[in-house]
Amino acid sequence: MIVKQTNQKAWFMVLPVFLVVAFSAIIPLMTVVNYSVQDTFGNNQFFWVGMDWFKDLIHSERFHSAFLRQLMFSGIILLIEIPLGIVIALAMPKKGWGVPVCLISMALPLLIPWNVVGTIWQIFGRVDIGLLGHTLASLGINYNYTQDPIAAWITIIIMDVWHWTSLVVLLAYAGLCSIPDAYYQAAKIDGASRLSVFRYIQLPKMQRVLLIAILLRFMDSFMIYTEPFVITGGGPGNSTTFMSIDLVKMAIGQFDLGPAAAMSLVYFLVILLLCWVFYTVMSNIGEESSNGGA
Amino acid sequence: MAKVTLKEIAHSYSGFSENPDDYALKKLDLTWRDGGAYALLGPSGCGKTTLLNIISGLLTPTKGQVLFNDQDVTRLPTEQRNIAQIFQFPVIYDTMTVFQNLAFPLKNRGRTKEEIEPRVIELAKMLGLEKDLYTKAQHLTADAKQKISLGRGLIRQSVNAILFDEPLTVIDPQLKWELRSQLKFLHKKFGFTMIYVTHDQTEALTFADEVIVMYEGEIVQVGTPEALFERPEHTFVGYFIGSPGMNIVPCRLQGHRATIDGHEIVLSQSYENIPVDARIEIGVRPEYLRLAPPNSEGEGLPVQIIKVDDIGRYKIVRVGLNERIFNVVMTELSGMTGDTARLLFDIDHTNIYVNAQLITGEKR
Repeated sequence: MIVKQTNQKAWFMVLPVFLVVAFSAIIPLMTVVNYSVQDTFGNNQFFWVGMDWFKDLIHSERFHSAFLRQLMFSGIILLIEIPLGIVIALAMPKKGWGVPVCLISMALPLLIPWNVVGTIWQIFGRVDIGLLGHTLASLGINYNYTQDPIAAWITIIIMDVWHWTSLVVLLAYAGLCSIPDAYYQAAKIDGASRLSVFRYIQLPKMQRVLLIAILLRFMDSFMIYTEPFVITGGGPGNSTTFMSIDLVKMAIGQFDLGPAAAMSLVYFLVILLLCWVFYTVMSNIGEESSNGGA
Repeated sequence: MAKVTLKEIAHSYSGFSENPDDYALKKLDLTWRDGGAYALLGPSGCGKTTLLNIISGLLTPTKGQVLFNDQDVTRLPTEQRNIAQIFQFPVIYDTMTVFQNLAFPLKNRGRTKEEIEPRVIELAKMLGLEKDLYTKAQHLTADAKQKISLGRGLIRQSVNAILFDEPLTVIDPQLKWELRSQLKFLHKKFGFTMIYVTHDQTEALTFADEVIVMYEGEIVQVGTPEALFERPEHTFVGYFIGSPGMNIVPCRLQGHRATIDGHEIVLSQSYENIPVDARIEIGVRPEYLRLAPPNSEGEGLPVQIIKVDDIGRYKIVRVGLNERIFNVVMTELSGMTGDTARLLFDIDHTNIYVNAQLITGEKR
């Protein structure tokens, strides 16, 4: 009788990928998981605490407010950047010398490192030497982001809009450019208004790139750290202490490794969950078939 | 519905220019009868689509005027021309249902729901779309999508003209035939002025009462399908219409005698006053050539049989006379032996071309 032997050598082919993923994701993540269930008093001595850090975290006022601030920040910048990006993309020229000019000027903010962006706006907004801060002050407007939480929020939001709207613009513009001319011609023949063209041709055709834009902007803004850290350092008070800033304070400032690890994990899972929700909702928008008539 | 007149239309995509080579459409004058079914036939890049877009207003011509019923519409935007146009590839509004797609042109023009609904349902029945009326258009096949595009073109009954830009390219052959007859039926029923662009001659010849053949931005012939077949006015029309196309061979001409490489053919007409340095060609359809056995002395041109293609109902025989090649269409090859034969011309259907243009002689 002949026994057919299964060739198991193929597993070796997967090994390099497994090693890369292990070192880049699994091992670091497991280290964090390890910290999150233990406590330490230094000297490299660790004690098992089980789920205590997670229980503490869920009831922690500090975590709640940082989480809410973070959600509010992401919500506000999505509400500004996505519509603004679409409007700018619609206004951009489709051919001629204006195209490269627009594309390059749009790409410029994206090329600037985060902490440089933070520094630029930190100085720009200063009341004593900054162009913006000084101008506003001489106009008699009370603007001081180091003392006024609202001014601090406005500064950070405008900075983020300045820094990242061009990403949405470039994605939306790519989506618009991929629409064949025949669609616009057909719309003219059908007598469609400008609004209908946007509603029935441009928006549906941009749906996929907008999904990517929203996901990218959500993930990035939800993890924002460098710019607010450079501009306000989380202040005044705790008013701009977003989750990542809080996390760093806890892990490095206070050296609370256990609670910080627990918070990292929850943070990570929240981002994962919200991205999944966004993705599912948005890919379902165009799919459900409506049953209405005209 | 309207008569469409083109007055000295010319178009260059690079704007106004003195150089005639820049023009995708060279000066043309044409009138499309109200309620006529026309086909615009020509190879890719000959300016068919350009001409169509000028009529619908998607392009403004560099020179000339477009008139609908004697009203100048050259500068009028597409939306105000009340015209329908169907494109080569399906254009559908993804987020709408089939019903909404079909109703869209009417809705944009402010028709009420009571007017729209029966019209959409009637048209959907005609196109075989009634069972998909309430599904999203993006989930349908390419065939069905193109039917929706056609439907959006046909939904308005008061349009000045309906323009078709190779609308059946993406459709299956069987369905193609069905839709074409459906279009013909609609034409008879409603009397639309229809202009149908295609590079497929069968499509043009079956659809249209009158065919306009274009070549390199110019109109080379306007005529009924029969005229295009029997008396092509330009050698290009001869080549382009018919499968295989017309045999066009250089010859010498003296009165009613044509000679090809020293072999004489007696023609039914006599031609005088031919310019000395003109290029003279003899043109005859493969259907009007016959082969006879080689031993029939004295008659016809002695030719070599190169190849026989049996394509079912008839055979296409390629024969050679020295360097010249002729295609002959025959139903029977009986009595033929060996690879030589005599080539006989049907002189009543043999045309003479001077510098690619058809000339008419005197009946003998």
